[in-house]
Amino acid sequence: METVEQLRDRLLARFPGAALTVVTNPSPSAQHSLVIGHAQAVEIATFLRDDPALRLDQCSNVTGVDWPDKEVTETTKVTVPDPAGGPAKVVAQTSKRLEPGYLEVVYHLYSISLRHGPVILRLRTGNRTDQVSVPSLTPVWRSCEFQEREVYDLYGVQFTGHPDLRRILMWDGFQDHPMRRDYVEPDDYQWEPTPHGEVMAKAKQHYPAAPAAPAAKEGGAA
Amino acid sequence: MSEPAPTPAPANPAPLTDAERDELRRHGILLTSLQEIYNWGRSRSIWPLNFGLACCAIEMIAASMARFDISRFGSEVFRPSPRQADLLIVSGTVTKKMAPQVIRLWNQMPEPKYCIAMGACAISGGPFKQGYNVLKGIDRFIPVDIYIPGCPPRPEALLNGLVQLQAKIQGQPIAGPDAPRHLRDDINCDCPVPEFGAHDLEPSQNPTVWQPPAPLVRTEKA
Repeated sequence: METVEQLRDRLLARFPGAALTVVTNPSPSAQHSLVIGHAQAVEIATFLRDDPALRLDQCSNVTGVDWPDKEVTETTKVTVPDPAGGPAKVVAQTSKRLEPGYLEVVYHLYSISLRHGPVILRLRTGNRTDQVSVPSLTPVWRSCEFQEREVYDLYGVQFTGHPDLRRILMWDGFQDHPMRRDYVEPDDYQWEPTPHGEVMAKAKQHYPAAPAAPAAKEGGAA
Repeated sequence: MSEPAPTPAPANPAPLTDAERDELRRHGILLTSLQEIYNWGRSRSIWPLNFGLACCAIEMIAASMARFDISRFGSEVFRPSPRQADLLIVSGTVTKKMAPQVIRLWNQMPEPKYCIAMGACAISGGPFKQGYNVLKGIDRFIPVDIYIPGCPPRPEALLNGLVQLQAKIQGQPIAGPDAPRHLRDDINCDCPVPEFGAHDLEPSQNPTVWQPPAPLVRTEKA
């Protein structure tokens, strides 16, 4: 099977002006992926499914990823000329910028008939709050339907063109998206037998304050 | 031979003690009390509800089959309807989406009824305790008689729990303030079914059957 770069070039020849970016995977698996823009996503997906050299007829997996806002610190070296006429100095300047977060949907495509794959597609939303829609690929691969519903349920990605976009795991009146990084679960466990880490910090809110210890001794093992 | 004069029967004989009754039973004379035969009857034919939730249900099914043979203890009649069952074996993880249905089944069972929390998940949420969608123990909503720890408990453990439940039933007085709830008028046996809320079940617990445990006091490492 052709590499992702070859695939991107072939797609660019077929769909001029399409937004296509290759995301390389530096790990040993080297499963590089292709970020596709919203405008031609369904056409590109249909092409990948029907192209005789690819025939990616199975979408085996749809995954959501939450990328929160992150602060990036960049260090640049700037050469400052010495006003006294001496040799120029090299000064390191650090700048911070906020990289906006987004939600991402990852599709793993295989070909049953030609026995190759995976080809990995990514769709990204504009941000994490109000521009959270991506085009649904359920019209192309029927197997996406439940998995896109799951991504909608747990991450809050709106799939435009999905035939039946409802929650699939949580109940209909549920308002949160539990797999988002900033989700706060209900505080409904009061203590842990062996807390540590984040659980310890959470459990401490339910423990009595230190001065109250003598009164709480009746309650149980110290 | 002169026979001893027959002693007149006391006007109000002292009730037989359990030891005297056992002694008579050894001689082939069967005496019983209403309480004893009532408790014997209801403890020897506990019909469980045919209801399983997760992997613990597989062990419950194994306990009901020929190898472990729960019919030795009179509980082989798994009823498909809650209206014909005496025993709710909560065998497995209770998700928050499933919890109202479990409580509804419990409310549909006629008294006298018993509940066994089987396995770590039904007792406390088990390995999913820190998650967002698993109930932290079914005893937050319905009264539990027997807790069987394990992940999952072996069929022998379930049989032991059943024997413990039988022993508990046989020790219950049928009158007075210690009588079980179905023989008393002052206890409301209905368990309110929680609603699906925006973030959690509402209410998230039934305070008449469950209160948070006393906080565990931990000494900080110096």
